[in-house]
Amino acid sequence: MNELFIQIVLGISIASTPLIFAAIGELVVERSGVLNLGLEGMMIVGAITGFAVQFHYNNVVLAVLASIVAGMMLATVFAFLTQVLLTNHVATGLALTLFGLGVSAFWGRSYSKVTVDRIDAINIPGLSDLPVVGPLVFSYDPLFYLSIMAVFLVWYFLNKTKKGLILRAIGDNHDAAHAIGHKVVRYRFLAILFGGAMAGLGGVYLSLVQVPIWVEGMTAGRGWIALALVVFASWQPFKVIVGALIFGGISILQLHAQGYGVNVDAQYLSMLPYLMTIIVLVTLRVRSKSKSDRVMPHCLGKVFHSTQ
Amino acid sequence: MKYQLELSGISKSFGPVQANNGISFAIKPGSIHALLGENGAGKSTLVKIIYGSVGPDEGSMKWYGDSFSPNNPFEAREKGVAMVFQHFSLFESLTVAENIVLGLDDVDLDDSIVNKIEKYSIQYGLSINPHQVVGDLSVGQRQRVEIVRCLMQNPKLLIMDEPTSVLTPNEVTDLFVTLRKLAEDGCAILYISHKLEEVRQICKHATILREGKLIKNCNPQEHSKDEIAEMMIGKKIIKLTRKNIKHGEEIFSINNLNCTSEDMFGVNLHDINLSVRKGSIIGIAGVAGNGQDELMRMLIGEDRAPRSTLIFKGKDISKLNSHQRRQLSMFFVPEERLGHGAVPNMGLDENMLLSRPSSSRMTRNHIIDWSQVRRLAKDVIETFNVLTPSVSTEAQSLSGGNLQKFMVGRELIQSPELLIIAQPTWGVDPGSANKIHQALTDLADQGSSILIISQDLDEILSLCEQVHVINNGKLSPSVDMESNGLETISQLMLGASIQ
Repeated sequence: MNELFIQIVLGISIASTPLIFAAIGELVVERSGVLNLGLEGMMIVGAITGFAVQFHYNNVVLAVLASIVAGMMLATVFAFLTQVLLTNHVATGLALTLFGLGVSAFWGRSYSKVTVDRIDAINIPGLSDLPVVGPLVFSYDPLFYLSIMAVFLVWYFLNKTKKGLILRAIGDNHDAAHAIGHKVVRYRFLAILFGGAMAGLGGVYLSLVQVPIWVEGMTAGRGWIALALVVFASWQPFKVIVGALIFGGISILQLHAQGYGVNVDAQYLSMLPYLMTIIVLVTLRVRSKSKSDRVMPHCLGKVFHSTQ
Repeated sequence: MKYQLELSGISKSFGPVQANNGISFAIKPGSIHALLGENGAGKSTLVKIIYGSVGPDEGSMKWYGDSFSPNNPFEAREKGVAMVFQHFSLFESLTVAENIVLGLDDVDLDDSIVNKIEKYSIQYGLSINPHQVVGDLSVGQRQRVEIVRCLMQNPKLLIMDEPTSVLTPNEVTDLFVTLRKLAEDGCAILYISHKLEEVRQICKHATILREGKLIKNCNPQEHSKDEIAEMMIGKKIIKLTRKNIKHGEEIFSINNLNCTSEDMFGVNLHDINLSVRKGSIIGIAGVAGNGQDELMRMLIGEDRAPRSTLIFKGKDISKLNSHQRRQLSMFFVPEERLGHGAVPNMGLDENMLLSRPSSSRMTRNHIIDWSQVRRLAKDVIETFNVLTPSVSTEAQSLSGGNLQKFMVGRELIQSPELLIIAQPTWGVDPGSANKIHQALTDLADQGSSILIISQDLDEILSLCEQVHVINNGKLSPSVDMESNGLETISQLMLGASIQ
């Protein structure tokens, strides 16, 4: 029983981490007033880049860095289009997703039948060997710890620093922020880059931790779930963890249910996380009228044009 | 002697529009200097140039004798220029303290700033709660936040764009004490206002602009209010007259209206009773945030009132929506022009169509008759002197005064039997305000009834035959204007008990 419990907890953490990465990045982007629907595209480009680098150089640090850079490069395209050329956020983001899926499939053709060394869980002598606490607290992979740290840092940045306050202000009212003299475009550009980096990390987690193989379209809609998670979290960092664990939990539950031979078609079980996303979004809208309206950045998705 | 700020020959055009044309004036240190002009006279552009958000095409400025050409608001602020914006530059989802920190360079959010805000707000009589979220504040409270934010920059020159338009007489008095104190400390104040009486009260220097040109630099205390107004608009002001006061039977009544606000910072309405007779103009005075917004939403039909609390022409309209109310010849001009009164990014013609009852023949079998819509919009634009490039210009690109004239005109050409109007002349220049007031009295002369909710006491007193005061969600009985009326109103506005 204990074994099973630990196994489930580990499973949930592995299923949740890519969602935490992608969602916390998107949260910062949206708090600055930008809606980047290219999450899925940036994730999958991060996944293939990390995988390819790992295959050629067999160096996880290099692979992870490469995936970050890949995510940021795609984000740069998005930032340039939306912030400099003032294109529509939604259309540009969708294009980015389609582009990312296409380009990763193209690059990935030669990697579809190979496997690489995965990123292993850490092993701290002494601590990781403790009964129960060891496997539950000290035996995850390094990226998992990084994702939790990222959430803490984002929370601290948004709520405790002046620059975080300015970022939130820009998301709330970019005209007023501009009138006071804050650099709207610069903040948004940097926020989008951060979002790209986080999405890249989420992607590489899929291809180097979850399963060390490359499968075309392996993000399988996780970018969209992460987008929904930001809304679920009502744009608050810690709630992202809660949401990601719930979604991760459902995916694991579904696997274990299949393992135990629950008599439901596998297809129905696979639908669960996505069904859950829809249900959560609908109930959120119905439930709260004012509270989350206050947190939602008012300028979300609006194009900023400084008229001077 | 050195001037705090000296402008010489400032010109600026936007495309074909010459917003400023060779404007020169100088502000002495520690003086309160008025900048006067109608909407569109070029005041805003001039102020933006001083604040560094726009660069002039020609001309130069000097700051205490040195050349001064700020490239952005940061540079202007560094020199000591601070500004209270007319269109508030506040962030709705953030708290008061966070908003203030955002406008200050080199200040972080911590307890000391909260203490400092409290200190300033007490010192200058601008009561605000640093922890409240700005989205929940009334217009008047928001302005206090803006003012406190500026004062905390220890400015050398404070620019105030229409600072008193939302304040009560007592608050205005308090603000003037603050401003005089600031001026004594050596801070110059550039004071933009449409309220000439106030300008004459506290300014010894005034610069009057018209159509982008300098008309006169003068001492406003040496001229009468009407003389200044005439310099601003370039023609005579017509005195308000009601030719025909005839009160008929009751047309509209509010009966025991109670309502608990859903918003946690909203005001609950308590037992409101009001009777409006045909041909009468009734005013509701009161300090911002005392239930006017909640009451207005009920009257418009944005929020539904409890059953049988609103009776119009003998019919219970409490549960009708605003469109159904318009069909019964009850029309509205809400306080917020953009968002409530008009769709900001739609043309005037489209906005015309949106508020019309279906009987107005602007549609035929659900198909819009654009020529008819444009003709009606043009009618309003011509009758009410709305300055706009075309009938299909976006509502948000009009100046506040012009849009207000359009919105009032749009409702008036329906010849409403009852017109409910909030803050009819907020941010509107004297020429346009005069025009709107005249149009309202003319409407009443024709036998229509008007209910005005306004924080501008002068306006209420000059228009209304019957005045009520709203305080903390309670409405006073009508005030007897014959015996000490003004005193009674002030007392009621401050929350003296309502019998």
